[in-house]
Amino acid sequence: MKSFIALYEALDATTSTNAKKAAMVKYFAQARPEDAAWAVYFLTGQRLKRLVNTRELREWTSEYSGLPDWLVEESYEHVGDLAETMALLTPEPGPSELQLPALSVMVEQVLRPMADLDDEQRQAIVVRQWQSLPGNARFVFNKLITGALRVGVSKRLVTRALSELAGLDSGMIAHRMMGNWQPTAEQFQKLISKEHDQDLEDSTPYPFFLASPLEIEPNALGLARDWSAEWKWDGIRAQLIRRNGRLYIWSRGEDLLEGRFPEIEQAARDLPDGIVLDGEIMAWRDGQPLPFARLQTRIGRKKPGAKTLQQAPVAFLAFDLLEYDGQDIRQRPLADRYSLMKTVLPTQCGQLLLPGRIEFSQWDALARLRESSRERGVEGLMLKRLNSTYQHGRKRGDWWKWKVDPFTFDGVLIYAQPGHGRRSGLFTDYTFAVHSDQGLVPVAKAYSGLTQAEIDELDRWIRAHTRERFGPVRSVDAVHVFELAFEGIARSKRHKSGVALRFPRIHRWRRDLKVDQADQLKDLEQLIAD
Amino acid sequence: MASDVLVPSAGGLYCAAGNFWIDPLKPVERAVITHAHADHARAGAGEYHSTRAGLPALKARVGADDRHQSHEYGEVFELGDTRVTLFPAGHILGSAWVKIESDAGVWGVSGDFKRALDPTCEAFHSNPCDVWVTECTFGLPVYRWPDTAIVIEQIQRWWDDCRDRAVPAVLFCYALGKAQRVMAELAQRTDRAIWLHGAMRPLVDAYREAGVDLPDTRMVSEAEKGERFQGDLILAPPSAAGSPWMRRFKNHSSGFVSGWMRIRGNRRRRGYDRGFILSDHADWPALIETVEDMQASRVITIHGNGEALSGYLKAQGLDSERWNLRASLSDGA
Ligand SMILES: [Zn+2]
Ligand SMILES: [Zn+2]
Repeated sequence: MKSFIALYEALDATTSTNAKKAAMVKYFAQARPEDAAWAVYFLTGQRLKRLVNTRELREWTSEYSGLPDWLVEESYEHVGDLAETMALLTPEPGPSELQLPALSVMVEQVLRPMADLDDEQRQAIVVRQWQSLPGNARFVFNKLITGALRVGVSKRLVTRALSELAGLDSGMIAHRMMGNWQPTAEQFQKLISKEHDQDLEDSTPYPFFLASPLEIEPNALGLARDWSAEWKWDGIRAQLIRRNGRLYIWSRGEDLLEGRFPEIEQAARDLPDGIVLDGEIMAWRDGQPLPFARLQTRIGRKKPGAKTLQQAPVAFLAFDLLEYDGQDIRQRPLADRYSLMKTVLPTQCGQLLLPGRIEFSQWDALARLRESSRERGVEGLMLKRLNSTYQHGRKRGDWWKWKVDPFTFDGVLIYAQPGHGRRSGLFTDYTFAVHSDQGLVPVAKAYSGLTQAEIDELDRWIRAHTRERFGPVRSVDAVHVFELAFEGIARSKRHKSGVALRFPRIHRWRRDLKVDQADQLKDLEQLIAD
Repeated sequence: MASDVLVPSAGGLYCAAGNFWIDPLKPVERAVITHAHADHARAGAGEYHSTRAGLPALKARVGADDRHQSHEYGEVFELGDTRVTLFPAGHILGSAWVKIESDAGVWGVSGDFKRALDPTCEAFHSNPCDVWVTECTFGLPVYRWPDTAIVIEQIQRWWDDCRDRAVPAVLFCYALGKAQRVMAELAQRTDRAIWLHGAMRPLVDAYREAGVDLPDTRMVSEAEKGERFQGDLILAPPSAAGSPWMRRFKNHSSGFVSGWMRIRGNRRRRGYDRGFILSDHADWPALIETVEDMQASRVITIHGNGEALSGYLKAQGLDSERWNLRASLSDGA
């Protein structure tokens, strides 16, 4: 664990991406593969199944530190991160000759077995670790038992570090890390092995290629004829794999969506073997997209019933072909991949659709067409360079998303609660309300869009104008109005307001507006397209 | 309680028996100033009482004229019907806590204080009071300071690392007190010179004149054209962070020295590469230890998160409450 703690400290001690990458390369070069495997696991944001609940941990902290529980709560509210609060409140152990266990030993022999123990045994284990682990080791231990590590490195950066270490293309490392990768010594060695990929599991997806937002006028991209345009669907990005008679559907978050979308699985059975499609799962009926809220009713369902299937039917809209006849074709130009896709997939086969490209010869015409996005139930357009390869991660240049402008409304700040991570300890998670017959009714939660100076100012104001506390949440005087942007709106029974907004975020602080000038609920309801 | 010796007023504390204010934020007739930080010392008072050791910094803050009366530590002086003594607070050079003896009892007011040793100022000196009015800037048990020696070593290692990489090491710290403390600690370990931001200059000079041993310094403003500061340490006030002044330090690594750096989120959202936990305020254990040393039966908390400390002391059987001095600003008092 010692070198992993040192790595954690090095990553935490710099804001420079290159320095972070260098620290990881240095760590992976000397770590034993069984430890390096777990380091990859945690650095890429994965976490162990929950071993203890946070209420227990706060009780144990209070007991062990001798501080009353309300003071532990106050401290937690101030720090904003439970793992850190526990590390700060538990006393520092005296100097000891004891060696820290290796990371893999810590995980496999201390943490994982905890899952099968009762409360008292788990408490005894946690306290024993607190008694022996110094400073940052205690903090990292707390992080591992409470959830994700969050040390400001992306999966992509871990991939780049491993690719530098192995002297391999980062796309290959990313590919090997996809799907059912397990944190074992053997799997780590495979990850950085020079041997060519023969033995990836059939289920392994390709790393997704992500589009970047287009912030310039499209004619700056060059000639229209070099580009392909598609509608940008608002669903779940997914990869559909057909290999050796088996079918696998992966979400972009690398969850295997087995059994969740039987209508897509049904349709995909007719596909030839050795095929991988990239596309979007959409709620879909009669050739038309349904609102995202409808798809949401499917997301959590592992085995949807007949009623759900009827109310929220889905389809897979294919837009790229990554593997054909068992061959990885990601290096072929998009235009070729697209023609091949047409040969394997007719325009429609059951709930498997090929929505096709938009014909255009002038950027201006495309811009006019984009204006109709909302009526069509899409988010805007995707622009893809016709001769581009299928890359991985968010790489600028060949794939752009050209979204329509968001909806906006003016809402009143009514609740605030402390944020997490880099926002911890500050009130940064806000709830906004609009006027209704029942007074102010909450419609959106948002936590991004303000500058640091605005966040600091608002934090001070919230502390000074708290009305009531409900756990970490504070209600505040209804004074401040903010303009919020969002992507869509749907009816919702789960919300008091009766509406749910999609991707709300703060556009700006409207210091010029008074509370009574904020929007009405009925203004929002008018935007609902049923 | 009808006979409290002090009451919140003008953003500070007012003593009617002596007709003076301690650390007022608004102009008053007569002020007793604990130290020259901006949240304690403001211009415009008719008369200033302070320590002799703190006078140069105070004059720099509020102006130098004949309204100043300075006192030695431990010297008793009379104001109205009270006897006042200034004791070392260990916060910065010349900082004091104020003891007031009156018919209604003995009160102590902390200003800011710390218990850790500091080569630039006299150590905190306790003296029994009936009522102890304590700051609690860091009034939560998450604030426990590491040994100064460990933190200074961290700063040194970071500087060494910057030297290895030939990049400037820009260290942000408050210009009065913290900067000189860090410099004095470093002077005991290295004889390398340190670059200073212009705002540091007069206060560093004042410390030197007071006999504090500081390392050699150079002014950034006087650097040769094209100077690249590779591997050098530069001290700057936090306000310089992100300003155009920073452009001259290509590829620099940045650090911030403050008790707030104990919390990771504080460092990360401010974007410093390194946070060094070194404070001129008492940490939680020191706040409690000082309450014991003062032997007071009543403790009033001011400045900072007083609710937690007051609640904790009450549970220990002490009489304790929190006073909000800022609120007294809007009372028109
Ligand atoms: Zn101060
Ligand atoms: Zn202060």
